[in-house]
Amino acid sequence: MSPRAVKFTAIIGGWLLLSVLLMVPCKTSAASPFENGSVGAPRNKIDELVFARLKVLDITPARLCSDPVFVRRVYLDVTGTLPTAAEAQQFILDSSPDKRRVLIDRLLEGDEYADLLAMKWGDMLRIKAEFPINLWPNAAQSYHRWVHDAIRDNTPCDKFARTLLTASGSNFELPPVNFYRAMQNRTPAGIAQTVALTFLGERADRWPSNQLAGMAMFFANIGYKTTAEWKEEIVFFNPASTNAGALNGSPQKAVLRDGSTVKLSPDQDPRIVFADWLVKNPQFARSVVNRAWSWLLGRGIVQEPDDFRADNPPANPELLSFLEKDFVSSGYDFKRLYRQILNSQTYQLASIPQSNRPEAAANFACYPLRRLDAEVLIDALDQITGASEKYSSAIPEPYTFIPDNLRSIALPDGSITSPFLEMFGRPPRDTGLESERNNRINAAQKLCLLNSSLMQKKIESSRMIDFQSSGNRSTTEVVTGMYLGILSRFPTAAEIRTAQEYYQTGVGKRQAVVDLAWALMNSTEFLYRH
Amino acid sequence: MSAFYFDFEKQRPRLSRREAIRRALFAASGLVLANHLSFKAYAAPRAARAKAVIQIWMWGGPSHTDIFDPKPDAGYDYCGPLKSPIETNVSGIRIGELLPMLSKQADKYSIIRSMTHGNNGHETASYIVQTGRQPGGRLVYPCVGSVVSLAKGYDAGYKGLIPPYVVLTEPQGRFDEAGFLGQRFKPFATGGNPAQIPFAVEGVVLPGFTDQRQKNRRELMHHLDTLAQSLPENPQITSATQAENMAYDMILGDGAKVFDLAQEKPDLRDRYGKSKFGQSCLVARRLVESGIPYVTINYGGWDTHKENFTAMRRNLPDLDKGMGTLIQDLSERGLLDSTIVWWGGEFGRTPKVQWDAPWNGGRNHWGKVFSAVLAGGGFKGGQVVGSSDAKGEEVKDRPVYPVDLIGSIYSQLGIEATTKLPNPEGLPTFVMPQAADGIKSAGLLKEIMSA
Repeated sequence: MSPRAVKFTAIIGGWLLLSVLLMVPCKTSAASPFENGSVGAPRNKIDELVFARLKVLDITPARLCSDPVFVRRVYLDVTGTLPTAAEAQQFILDSSPDKRRVLIDRLLEGDEYADLLAMKWGDMLRIKAEFPINLWPNAAQSYHRWVHDAIRDNTPCDKFARTLLTASGSNFELPPVNFYRAMQNRTPAGIAQTVALTFLGERADRWPSNQLAGMAMFFANIGYKTTAEWKEEIVFFNPASTNAGALNGSPQKAVLRDGSTVKLSPDQDPRIVFADWLVKNPQFARSVVNRAWSWLLGRGIVQEPDDFRADNPPANPELLSFLEKDFVSSGYDFKRLYRQILNSQTYQLASIPQSNRPEAAANFACYPLRRLDAEVLIDALDQITGASEKYSSAIPEPYTFIPDNLRSIALPDGSITSPFLEMFGRPPRDTGLESERNNRINAAQKLCLLNSSLMQKKIESSRMIDFQSSGNRSTTEVVTGMYLGILSRFPTAAEIRTAQEYYQTGVGKRQAVVDLAWALMNSTEFLYRH
Repeated sequence: MSAFYFDFEKQRPRLSRREAIRRALFAASGLVLANHLSFKAYAAPRAARAKAVIQIWMWGGPSHTDIFDPKPDAGYDYCGPLKSPIETNVSGIRIGELLPMLSKQADKYSIIRSMTHGNNGHETASYIVQTGRQPGGRLVYPCVGSVVSLAKGYDAGYKGLIPPYVVLTEPQGRFDEAGFLGQRFKPFATGGNPAQIPFAVEGVVLPGFTDQRQKNRRELMHHLDTLAQSLPENPQITSATQAENMAYDMILGDGAKVFDLAQEKPDLRDRYGKSKFGQSCLVARRLVESGIPYVTINYGGWDTHKENFTAMRRNLPDLDKGMGTLIQDLSERGLLDSTIVWWGGEFGRTPKVQWDAPWNGGRNHWGKVFSAVLAGGGFKGGQVVGSSDAKGEEVKDRPVYPVDLIGSIYSQLGIEATTKLPNPEGLPTFVMPQAADGIKSAGLLKEIMSA
């Protein structure tokens, strides 16, 4: 059975199970389905630092999020995937006190975690076969696979960066060499800019020009050559390079970002000197933890997360410093970093603010609403309806093999796309900037979600709808099943009433179920992380 | 010399000798400020001649020698069976034999037979032709449609329901059209097929759904939006509500009507041809009529590596009816004066035919020379700009680079070359390249721009 089929069976199974469990009265409705009591004592150092800062600013943090909100949120943030109805229900009804911690640990070990994070890194590294990056399909695929596996195996981030920066070899055989191919501008200065953005979170365009020129020296001896194999390209250390500033047989001076000067000798690959410096530099760790923070909490401690500069200070310097040092002392353990953030109360705050002070958002006083990423959204729609997305690549030859039922978060190559992904702001992977991803909703997206044949087909052909509108289920049963499957929670009493009233307006049973599914899939709760 | 690439001064006729010397001196001494001032003085924005553009994008690269640049004397290895070009209503201009309707409209359009950029890759050539830029920098520039939707769209007072940049019917997907301008300036792709009734514009028209059902389920959705009710002032929800209102104005209001071809007379619909392309041309006219500033018709089927002549016989009659009727119809309605019709693809095709299998009379990519057509919006008709050599293989005279054509379109639209394009990194980027960008140019198409 394909993973999707397994997942679908689990959904159906969940609904069957639900028919039995429906009489369980506890937790199936609550006054607010979104919140769950006030913030308690700090759970870890992150909470101490965030809440201390909020106290100074006299901002009341949001309440803690409810279990249904948490289960949906953590699935989406860690795996880019909705919990099934059964998974949501099981978690909500579980009464063990450390169930959130246990769930976090489990999700961090799943395949979907690696898929989602490989997608994020793929954006940053611009993994794309075609224009303007032109990695070529098989190189893009192998590069993605390499990044994916490194994330799955939790390769320490310093080692990961060092490998990317120092690799030499064929783009087909040694995937990390594609780092130096995945950029439009392959001049030494262009490479230095890309390296600064990717690993320091800095925009080198803003540096003094001599600073950029000094760093470009480290990349002046990169050679590229083709082979007899079509589109194969070798990236190598070329001591005889004639690039401006290249060693070319004699020692040269290069300048690191911290201003220190290094004398490069012609028998040593300067990329290795640079990589050794980079991974020990605190700015490298800061940029990684800041990105991780922004992926989970919607904005960086330095915002934009890839725009570190003196006049763009962190909102909470102590927090950034703590995360950086902790990350370094853990041996650049990314999963541990994620785990720390996910277990904090800060991460587990509700999205309903208790303060409307303008500084609240920048200081993480509540979990911010964010529209689902394009890939996550289409996967969620497909998961609920049992549909699958059709992708295409603009380049016909050689044909890129795109397996059926490939989830969008697992797409290896930015050139493989679909109209939905384009419409919903999937990054084009032109520059690697975080801001390339656009999750702002617009009228065209609303038209697609509210009224397109695409959505209509998915809903009409959904086995969930068939299942819910067949047999003699009570309205309450149907509504509960739909809520768990689509919104990962039980409906409130008021919501059940609203649905019952809609049934009584004389629409047929199937149409009522279709319209209910449509309404829930167009709700804020479905479309946004919250 | 102006600091900007597009040297409007050089285009000015009858530059006085003294003035020429003065400017040469400024250029030599590199007085940037003075340059900028003189630029402003002499490149005062032209009054906009055009309000809208209909871009017929010949996706794949159309065969220039079979369409607007026939070479009947080059022999069978070049012309194949299409060796008898036809006279147009402008004496001395002949075009491909499969274009009888367009031959009667030649007084309304100009043919550029010396387009060139030298690139033979679809992606890169599409990028060059639609942005006027060269790839290789860190940025991806926006295409013409996105620039126009910036300059003429919502930020410039456009108030229409339908987004200011519409693509019929699918985006081309060759590169990110909006480039660094981002999502807001991407085209609205209609989807659907205008040759079918109703034209199911994706998201706007959902066949089988009554307005009453639309209203009922919208109400249900609002009732069940419990989270939104808990977050009354959230800016995300406010903008989602605005987007939703705009969407329903299109679904239930007048927005959908502009796509309703049943409102056109049947004989006019027939004249456009019942093909998807022909009916797209009719929709484009309706869109322009309703105030949309930029419409692209993405027209595929021109990448004729194999059996080129079969493809020409199949496709050119559709092109002829659609484009011929479009120009005539715009003209009859008085819209042609304010609407630019821009026809062209990313390159031309190999003039020498490949007869052997598996090509069987195919033509490959040819970026050295190809054709484009401009009509309306202040561009003169009945002219030929530049020429290719006897076999259509090289530019013979007056090369026209993509940036020259694009700059001329901007000029007719009253979009200044020096207008800043906002980019996320705050880099200085402008509508037209600067001298330092090193883009090849041979100047605006002054010869076909009405004074």
